Amino acid sequence: MNADEFLDITDVVCPMTFVKTKVVLEDLDDGQILELRLNDGEPIQNLPRSLKDDGHKILELANNDDGTFTILVEKGGLT
Amino acid sequence: MIKLANEQLERYSRQIILSQVGGKGQKKILSSKVLIIGTGGLGSPAAMYLAAAGVGHIGLVDYDTVDLSNLQRQIIHQTCDVGRAKIESGRETINALNPDVQVHTYDEQVTAANIRDIIGDLDYDFIIDGTDNFPAKFLINDACVLMRKPFSHAGIIRFQGQTITYVPGESPCYRCVFNEPPPKDAVPTCRQAGVLGVMGGVIGTIQATEALKYILGVGELLTGYLLTYDALTMTFRKIRVPHNRRCKICGEQPTITELVDYEQPTCDFKR
Repeated sequence: MNADEFLDITDVVCPMTFVKTKVVLEDLDDGQILELRLNDGEPIQNLPRSLKDDGHKILELANNDDGTFTILVEKGGLT
Repeated sequence: MIKLANEQLERYSRQIILSQVGGKGQKKILSSKVLIIGTGGLGSPAAMYLAAAGVGHIGLVDYDTVDLSNLQRQIIHQTCDVGRAKIESGRETINALNPDVQVHTYDEQVTAANIRDIIGDLDYDFIIDGTDNFPAKFLINDACVLMRKPFSHAGIIRFQGQTITYVPGESPCYRCVFNEPPPKDAVPTCRQAGVLGVMGGVIGTIQATEALKYILGVGELLTGYLLTYDALTMTFRKIRVPHNRRCKICGEQPTITELVDYEQPTCDFKR
């Protein structure tokens, strides 16, 4: 699946993980896909949940086995 | 529209997180223009919170200098500012707080002759009345009605405060509620007046809240409602106020079509 946008948030912590993701998603159209690289631990535990609360759909989740995960998020996929 | 810098994402993160703000709302705030008339008890907290929120252009109108007796409530000024122009002291505080904000200063008292030019200078989006006298309050109301500008009125005295928001075409104006300045003998003298410093903080930050909500286009404004606050009983009342069809400036047959200066009640005591 091809993503329309890619964002790496492994260099920031909460709440900047969410803020950066939110701002990038705002500029996408509904149905477009964001590929997100995030850290294990707090980010992977909380961010997908927050994105779902905002109406976005997590399409795929992959463990990169280097302490990071990659998820594909469909903007507005749950609305 | 410009992209928010990483530093801005971080500075404003706690409000960008809000679903009613987001990156788009933050950009609206950064490109907004708010005029604050009076940098005293109300204008100080209003200016500081609006600056902190990232309002891109803040206009400060004041002709006065900082007096030691101001510092009990006018928190934008510091002890070292006593004797300096309030607009300069205000500018410094805002610049130190947030470099995203451009401060525009007007070293004058608003009058019928200059208020249109001041409001029109940057074509301000929203005006905050932080003045301390009835002539200025009626002048600001009349100018905003005639120029079709939204504004927040407020007043504080002793342990009491009140505020109302005007949006052209949508709400009653200040004059719909209060008609005209009270007779001179009904206005408390400075000796009687006194005010607890925090009153400006409570009411001034409500004015800033209204400005931000107007800029963002979210929530319900204090339009058609007068909010009163009594600190002694800790009571807020939200009183519905109707549009006055016979209002002299925004009624069906307005008699005020030009701005006028009301006479300021004289006061022997230092402001």
